[in-house]
Amino acid sequence: MARTFIGGVHPKEEKSRAGEKPIRDSRLPSKVIIPMIQHTGAPCEIIVKPGDSVKKGQLIGRATKFISSPVHASISGIVKELRDAPHPTAGRSAAVVIESDGKDEWHESVSARPGAARLKAAELADIIRDSGIVGLGGGAFPSHVKIKEPKKIDAVILNGAECEPYLACDERLMTERAGDILKGLRLIMNAVEAEEAFIAIEANKPAAVLAVRKALEESDSEGRGITLKVLPVKYPQGSERQLIEVILGRRVPPRGLPIDVNCVVYNVGTASAICEAVYKGRPLVERTITLSGDCIREPVNMKVRIGTVIGELLEECGGPVRPVSKVIVGGPMMGAAQPGTDAPVTKGTTGVLFLSEKKARVFDEISCIKCGRCVDACPMNLLPLVYAKFVKKEKWDRLSRYNIDDCIECGSCAYVCPSRIPLVQYIKTGKRELFYIRKTY
Amino acid sequence: MIMDNKLTVSAGPHVFDRTSARGMMYGTFLALAPAAIAGIIFFGLNAVMLIVVCMSVCVLAEAFFQRLRGVRIAVGDGSALLTGLLLALVIPPGVPLWMAALAGVFAIGIGKEIFGGLGHNIFNPALIGRAFLSAAFPTYMTVYPAPFSGWARAGATAVDAATSATPLGLMKFEAAGTDLWNLFLGNISGSLGETSAAALLIGGIFILAKRYADWRIPAGFMGAVYILGQVTHVLAPGRYPGGLFHLLAGGMMIGALFMATDPVTSPVTKLGKWVFGIGCGVLVIVIRLWGGQPEGVMYAILLMNALTPVINRVTRPRRYGT
Repeated sequence: MARTFIGGVHPKEEKSRAGEKPIRDSRLPSKVIIPMIQHTGAPCEIIVKPGDSVKKGQLIGRATKFISSPVHASISGIVKELRDAPHPTAGRSAAVVIESDGKDEWHESVSARPGAARLKAAELADIIRDSGIVGLGGGAFPSHVKIKEPKKIDAVILNGAECEPYLACDERLMTERAGDILKGLRLIMNAVEAEEAFIAIEANKPAAVLAVRKALEESDSEGRGITLKVLPVKYPQGSERQLIEVILGRRVPPRGLPIDVNCVVYNVGTASAICEAVYKGRPLVERTITLSGDCIREPVNMKVRIGTVIGELLEECGGPVRPVSKVIVGGPMMGAAQPGTDAPVTKGTTGVLFLSEKKARVFDEISCIKCGRCVDACPMNLLPLVYAKFVKKEKWDRLSRYNIDDCIECGSCAYVCPSRIPLVQYIKTGKRELFYIRKTY
Repeated sequence: MIMDNKLTVSAGPHVFDRTSARGMMYGTFLALAPAAIAGIIFFGLNAVMLIVVCMSVCVLAEAFFQRLRGVRIAVGDGSALLTGLLLALVIPPGVPLWMAALAGVFAIGIGKEIFGGLGHNIFNPALIGRAFLSAAFPTYMTVYPAPFSGWARAGATAVDAATSATPLGLMKFEAAGTDLWNLFLGNISGSLGETSAAALLIGGIFILAKRYADWRIPAGFMGAVYILGQVTHVLAPGRYPGGLFHLLAGGMMIGALFMATDPVTSPVTKLGKWVFGIGCGVLVIVIRLWGGQPEGVMYAILLMNALTPVINRVTRPRRYGT
């Protein structure tokens, strides 16, 4: 029997239709809003001013700290304004607004890099950093940070689990660009100096499994040390800790990182972006996202420019087929509900869901009946029900005694709760309170 | 802006499992239908009246106490209705209706609402109602009409109806056995809805398959009872009945499948559910074989209910990654 992680849930997958169709290029946007926060870490510093003419791939936001990632123009045109703009997950962020000149020209600094396969670890890390590569699975953690770890890494895990319902962009990317993903993975292995790598795909993506297997068979030296792992479907398989547990049988310690168990995890989309950045010299200016939900005429996977306003993407899909009640950036388990449709796509955007009133129904919370379903579902061995109790009673100190910081906010507990208690919301509130308390005392 | 209606902004997750607390209540209620029907077949109109009285009194009492506490009246959640049905099924079919009604008020008032209502009670409310009757009217709680005697003399109470000893009573006081087939079908005397193991198993399998109840509790409970019953039987075959008898007799089936599995009063951890179930099983055997009473399911579960907070504390899962 295949090894699995503890807990987990099986939400309705809702992704078959989007996964079957080829990735479509979105039309060139007339305007992009590029936020300076598109990654975990310090915001970028804007280095352009209104009126400047910029080209695709040109640096517009400089990273000032190690845990940060630079931001590039995703179209060619004129910087129209610098302003505070809506952000899909951070609320608001400073952003550069660029108006397209319709030419879509690459910046002079962008040029192909022959012989990239022989680059040394340190050079690769610099290219990855300067190309603004972050984790494209949604976490948006700067990719170079994981490379520059002094600790020994013996395994790279490429995350193609894509366990969130609706989302199918990784599935399509693996189906269509398995070769690039493999090249990217080889670069990552070179950069972290690891001998072994695993590509993890959930069993509900047969086309992707087939494509990756074929690419592995066809590659000669590139596929060395790389193993394809097809995993039984379970949410949150794509969560870093859970994936490491499944693939390597190692458990990342509390407050630890994958590096503490000598491995790193990269998303398949990130590997593809690293391939583009290293071989073609192209910084991260576009990504593949899934547009889905019952208000969309037809779910699609689309390659879109960073900074494209999500409302325009809905229009490009032919507008809503029924009134939209909820807009979610990301998947339905961990994604963020939007107050409007004027936020832009960022590097961490995996998809946008447009849901009707029927699917957006908010349930009234009733008393906890202590059934323990949340305990069964929790992949982190926590007792989610106690957090709701202690947050309601404002017993903040009890939260840390029950290891609230270990919570990965995957939402499995709230998904199964028969009393419809918004457990993740309580947990987030509790963590925030604790953060302020710890800061003050 | 292409949308003029307001968007819903709520915290994730944005999708939910189909099972609701309400669904669990009504599902369990439905799962008790075979046992209730078996009870009606064996014990006649008295059974019908007891079920109706217990359910209506519990629902009314719930509404009354919620009103008294100044909280929203939530009898629609089905929990009081379920308590009422469970109470009716665990009392002898000859108990006068007014006593049953009193037990219903007690079950809801003292068993549940006094603790703060749904989710806050420590003890199983239906068992609290039954324990109240056992303490207040012990004579009525130890007299059991024989099956099919109720149809001939509808409305007759325990005192004048044809009564007979329960299989556990026969075992304890007369060292007499009972045909296992009759035990399985329920053609024996006992509480209204506890006699037919077959009917209870049908409902039990349903709630376990639907995951309205956690399987670990009945597995631990029945496993412990069977193993201990079998062991004591092998040690003293003339004195103690076999494991299968223990499983099929008395309140074992309804207790293990429907009372011990009450989510509110049982532990939340996986290990805790095992501990709770096995603890119930051990206590049942101890009471049945060495206690003063022939049956021990009710007290076994109530005792384990009291231990639930402690069980939860000591069975906390190990911290991830340590």
